Amino acid sequence: MDFQDTPEEAKFRAQVRAWLAAFAPAHEMPVREKISDEEQVSRGLAWQREVHKAGFAGIMLPRELGGRGGTILEALVYDEEEQHYNLPKGAYVGIAQGMALPVIGRHGEQHQIERFAASTLSGELVWCQLFSEPAAGSDLAAVRTRAVRDGDNWIVNGQKVWSSWAQFADWGILIARTDPDLPKHKGLTFFVLDMKSPGVEVRPIRQLSGASDFNEVFLSDVVVPDVCRIGAKGEGWACCMTVLMGERLNESHHGKVKEFFDYIRRSAPDGSSLQDGQVRMSLAEAYAEEHAERFFQARLRTLISRGENPGALPSMLKLAYANRLQKTAGFAMEIAGYGALAIGSDDAGASAIWEDYIWSSALRIAGGADEVLRNQIAERVLGMPGEMRADKGVPFKDL
Amino acid sequence: MNFELSEEQIFIAEQVRGLLSDNSSFDRLRMLIDENAEWDERLWRQLAELGFLSAAIPEEYGGMGLTDLDLGVVSIEIGRANAAIPFFNAISFAASFILAADNDEVKQNWLPKIASGETVATVAIGEGSRGWRPTSPGVRFRSGKLNGRKWPVFDGGIADIAIVLVACEEASALALVQLDQPGVERRKLEGFDQLRSAYELDFIDAKAELLACSATFDQIIDKAVIQLAFESVGAAEACIHMAKDYAMDRSIFGRPLASYQAIKHRLADILVQTEFARSSAYYAAWAVSGAPEELSSAAASCQLTALSAFESAARENLQVHGGIGYTFEANCHFYYRRERMNAALLGPRSYWADKIISQLASPKVAKV
Repeated sequence: MDFQDTPEEAKFRAQVRAWLAAFAPAHEMPVREKISDEEQVSRGLAWQREVHKAGFAGIMLPRELGGRGGTILEALVYDEEEQHYNLPKGAYVGIAQGMALPVIGRHGEQHQIERFAASTLSGELVWCQLFSEPAAGSDLAAVRTRAVRDGDNWIVNGQKVWSSWAQFADWGILIARTDPDLPKHKGLTFFVLDMKSPGVEVRPIRQLSGASDFNEVFLSDVVVPDVCRIGAKGEGWACCMTVLMGERLNESHHGKVKEFFDYIRRSAPDGSSLQDGQVRMSLAEAYAEEHAERFFQARLRTLISRGENPGALPSMLKLAYANRLQKTAGFAMEIAGYGALAIGSDDAGASAIWEDYIWSSALRIAGGADEVLRNQIAERVLGMPGEMRADKGVPFKDL
Repeated sequence: MNFELSEEQIFIAEQVRGLLSDNSSFDRLRMLIDENAEWDERLWRQLAELGFLSAAIPEEYGGMGLTDLDLGVVSIEIGRANAAIPFFNAISFAASFILAADNDEVKQNWLPKIASGETVATVAIGEGSRGWRPTSPGVRFRSGKLNGRKWPVFDGGIADIAIVLVACEEASALALVQLDQPGVERRKLEGFDQLRSAYELDFIDAKAELLACSATFDQIIDKAVIQLAFESVGAAEACIHMAKDYAMDRSIFGRPLASYQAIKHRLADILVQTEFARSSAYYAAWAVSGAPEELSSAAASCQLTALSAFESAARENLQVHGGIGYTFEANCHFYYRRERMNAALLGPRSYWADKIISQLASPKVAKV
């Protein structure tokens, strides 16, 4: 075991570091000033273009897909170094790189890879995810959006929801039901959808946070050519799994507890709140968990770099992170007291804590709700019995 | 970066685990308690024979010279089995003090005997209600003689030597005492953990020598707590699997107990805590030599995480078992008692939390 870089990793790190030092500062986001969603997306794409030009886009993607063909440890080194800058790295770039590319790469045909891999990697395309529906959240396989074959096309009708950045997306990854006579997991097919197609209507959702980066997407008689089908008919669920596993492995941010600690310290400049035993204990325990999570993540990455399947272990990262974020940000607000309830003239940074506290409520649901992840851990890691499913083996149309 | 155990470490773990499962069954633990035994001496000799007692002692003193992480791999297995042996006190703790001595004669004298199992060493720091680490110890050292009382001293009945925290000319110091001498009186106490004998030691003009160390007391405690955390991780894993196995077999309201989310989710949460604790302990053990400037906060972090994991695991394991878990015949109680031992042995959680808080408060936060 060695937490330090191997000579090759050290060399790669030095290369990344030097390049970032030269190019990243010009792309950094302003800290206080709010910028519009459009502006965020365009800055995100500009940075992605820069990354691609330098050959750091898609580090783990095979060279055939235009990636670097590197190792997960190189990707980790790159991420670590990139995190030293405040760069535009939101879902407007993440969905393309972390979801659309892997699923097209793994399940797509050569012509699809040629059509999308390079343009996505180079930041030309914004992607959104068209998965959840009003009646299909944690139970994603219950989607009702229908795709019906019509010659060389599919006609899609239905309603999607929680599609981040869909109002800016060029393309969407879509899961739809193609065979309601089969049990629900089996009758699904995966597509890429041109968001400019007639019949696609995007309506932003006003969120708890006040922002509107999530959307409802209404699909009315949308024509999707069969060449946009990813994988075989009926292979949709496997494609979704490829997407969702990628999502969970990326979910973890370190250094939050230090931010909360500093906030509490600033909010009581005489240092009184940090003398309290309960405050010290709560913060220390949160820090210890964050610290541990980082090395758990390091173990997972080692496992994957050895070609082993981590199974449901990555679920542990998001489960722990989302809950810790909510608990610790909420705790910091409570300790800061009145100072956390309004932004006064001597603001100690309440707005950042609000953002964390509010976002944590979404994070406990998105990409696998707490309860779904706990089931997965119990079933797939500990081998405990699966949930009883009333819909098992029943054709979807009879549910 | 490579952050998993090596093949050699996995091999060590399997060997120790095999030895323990063959020779330290729960029935044997029950028998030792019933016989009011001091310890599992047979197991100790077996571990000595295979060289495991010498794992972390340098080769020049008759040991294998393995790393803190290698030792941790052994500690996990000792914790998993809840073995009735003084592995932590003698090997992970007392030997560290001697190893840090700046007197080579002391090392030459004792380390080879500890490595071979011939000498059992223990540590006598606490003085009952005066605390686990009294700032002005009641045991006093003057002119080569010790006077005062230490309690509880674990493994005090079987130990040949003890490292004692003493007051010496108004300051704290460490003394090495041989326990088989007229100046030492040992009295067995009723201990909470039935697999770790507790003693009261009275020193009445007992002969002792001061032990000057190159490492600070804090550094030695930091190193030791990592091994204690490894034992807690092994024990927590044992509890999770015991609870799961029971729940898989037990049928209730027409289906396996293990199929209820109330049980699944609880065990999933404890498994997360335990995997995190294991990862944190790996890092802390690596940091002993790999990043010594981070040892203090890394050790504190792994102790806090491991204690939370073991605490939940020990309690919820018993809970999942229901009424049978409350009996002596079930195996939950070994861990339920041991957990409180690990939680108090090297100070309360607040002691470790303070180390983390001081690190967070320092202008420069350590970065890996």
